[in-house]
Amino acid sequence: GFLIPYFIMLIAEGMPLLYLELAVGQRMRQGSIGAWKIISPYLCGVGVASVVVSFFLSMYYNVINAWAFWYLFHSFQDPLPWATCPLNSNRTGYDEECEKTSSTQYFWYRQTLNISPSLEASGSVQWEQALCLTLAWLVVYLCILRGTASTGKVVYVTASLPYCVLIIYLIRGLTLHGAVNGLIYMFTPKLEQLSNPKAWISAATQIFFSLGLGFGSLIAFASYNESSNNCERHAVIVSLINSTTSIFASIVTFSIYGFKATFNYESCLNKVILLLMNTFDLEEGSLTADNLSEMKDYLMATHPQEYAQLSPQLKNCSLEAELDTAVQGTGLAFIVYSEAIKNMEVPQLYSVLYFVMLLMLGIGSMLGNTAAILTPLTDSRAIATRFPKEVISGAVCFINCVIGLIFTMEAGNYWFDIFNDYAATLSLLLIVLVETIAVCYIYGIRRFEKDLYTMIGRKPNWYWKLMWAFASPLLIISLFIFYLTDYILTGTLQYQAWDATQGQLVTKDYPGHALAVIGLLVAASTMCIPLGALVTFIRKRLKRESVSTTA
Amino acid sequence: MLRVLLLTLSVVAIAHAELCKPDAQNAFKVRLSIKTALGDNAYAWDANEEYLFKAMMAFAMRRYSSKSMTQISNILLCNVTDRVSFWFVVTDSSENVTTVPGSEVEAAIRMNRNRINSAFLLSDKTLQFLKITPTLSPPVEPSTPVWLIVFGVVLCLILAGIVFLVVAGIRQRKKKNKESTERENLEEKCEVTITVENGIPCEALDLKAGHINGVFAADNERFTSL
Repeated sequence: GFLIPYFIMLIAEGMPLLYLELAVGQRMRQGSIGAWKIISPYLCGVGVASVVVSFFLSMYYNVINAWAFWYLFHSFQDPLPWATCPLNSNRTGYDEECEKTSSTQYFWYRQTLNISPSLEASGSVQWEQALCLTLAWLVVYLCILRGTASTGKVVYVTASLPYCVLIIYLIRGLTLHGAVNGLIYMFTPKLEQLSNPKAWISAATQIFFSLGLGFGSLIAFASYNESSNNCERHAVIVSLINSTTSIFASIVTFSIYGFKATFNYESCLNKVILLLMNTFDLEEGSLTADNLSEMKDYLMATHPQEYAQLSPQLKNCSLEAELDTAVQGTGLAFIVYSEAIKNMEVPQLYSVLYFVMLLMLGIGSMLGNTAAILTPLTDSRAIATRFPKEVISGAVCFINCVIGLIFTMEAGNYWFDIFNDYAATLSLLLIVLVETIAVCYIYGIRRFEKDLYTMIGRKPNWYWKLMWAFASPLLIISLFIFYLTDYILTGTLQYQAWDATQGQLVTKDYPGHALAVIGLLVAASTMCIPLGALVTFIRKRLKRESVSTTA
Repeated sequence: MLRVLLLTLSVVAIAHAELCKPDAQNAFKVRLSIKTALGDNAYAWDANEEYLFKAMMAFAMRRYSSKSMTQISNILLCNVTDRVSFWFVVTDSSENVTTVPGSEVEAAIRMNRNRINSAFLLSDKTLQFLKITPTLSPPVEPSTPVWLIVFGVVLCLILAGIVFLVVAGIRQRKKKNKESTERENLEEKCEVTITVENGIPCEALDLKAGHINGVFAADNERFTSL
């Protein structure tokens, strides 16, 4: 159902903007700060905003790699640690919290995150997570140590290995029992979902994130290209490959999702059958999934009192409900997949494969982010001549690692969700909007056309010009309006906190200081743009005054 | 004579019926899930299996307390259902009128749970004594957690890679510095002519610090090809 907004957003936003950024980087041959300075001196703020967003992203994104490392290291056990609940203190049963929720959720919330009940209760730094985070940053440092040349070689591995793993998982996933249910769910369009603007917003953000628009990393990478590189063809090919990979990955994901939902549905049915059999002492095998509803009516008629006593415990098992349980954000990757993996044969192998793939993808994204931060730093003469490349990369990794320790505290996952939801989304939209308007109207679309002609030898056709000049800016502005109206309508911002006593997520309001941090995150990157323009304006004014006084 | 016999038999039968009934004192409910455990190899629950059960219970009682003289006839079963669930009591070996306290029976069963389970090819989950919770065995924990070992291995590999690359980079830079100083020394001896522009050798110029002028760096297309 998500596919329709996804494709429309890809064609309207993804491809034109990707082409734009690649062309800008290739033409100006500098990182994001320098490139936008060339387009117009008042726009140096855009580059700075991109770097700030990349900085925020690299702060929190590596925590995902740390979690992937944690799960990977725990996959070498039999049975998998998230397959069974641990025993309680006097060994008569399972741990209380684990009984209320499933073992995979318990492993995620208690043994991985050791999450606190709310944002205010910060707790202490979890040393295991801190170790994994340090390791993740060391891996990133190893890859960016020698600059873009070494990054290019590493990306060969990090980009191709996930495809192999995805193919293995595709074959395994499609042969799982119940996978078809998930695929049917994925491909049936839900028309009422299309009218919900949230679906369109998430499609647009998904495109932005997966293509890496607005982070400055594209401009940084494109600046290393030769000037005559055919970036138009590359833009189209890259976005098509990206979407095909996304669809491929979602087929795998939904077949595994269908397997998990079917498994849970059948376990629910089996529990109900067992309960009925035990209460009414019926013969084994007399109650099956097929005759369950008839038998329930029969039992209700023949033993009304006992049935009435039992009815609060009898859950209505529904496959639709299982498929609809949407798990938010990063939890999806870890909880859903680990739950599906524990039910397969040879779960250790599939677990290792899956988390290695997740690591490759995560490290690939981190390389792009750190390249976006490092390229402006190494471009600037003030820093590059004084310190060698290794020291600059080391300093960036170290600072990010120390800040990232916040996310390893007990309340760390709540701060992670704050960063995940607010650090990049709004700022990215604004940055991309300013980029398109800048290139089309400030730099001039005819000038840009001529530049492209000198580079590729071909002028962009009407489709690109139409998208750049009208369609993309309009779409982004409408997305902005949707975001703001959504925020105004819902009032205060809320988050999902884990309640250990109930064994599920509860909604809570953000406290004051968290709201301040959110405001700071959004302001820090968006304010760079007007501030940059203001600073340039003041500097020009001062220069003009000093020139006029000397003259 | 016959009448006395009938009377005693009926008394005994009534006594038995009173001793073993659902929720009686010191009675335990047992539930077996044979088809779940064994699938196609499931056996049917009949009088022979009941006899085996009585024998196992008597065995458990004897093993628990060495002075116990429990016979198979001391184990009474009742209310057998299709589910395969039933109640049983253990009567005192000397008089068939009172039952052995439930705590003793429970302790005996706990001690011999393994033997009872394996006699029926079942497990703690499929042969349930409803009032007796099983003691779950803790999972095997190695002395050092496995994940730390894997973590250590990966960490050492990464650190080795970083150290190698850093050292290689330093060595390369030293070699470059040495080459440029060598070349300066040679130049002083006038053995090698080096392009000099305004008294500065061209190699020493930092080309990265310069700006490329787009007008002059234009492509070859601007010029007519020969």
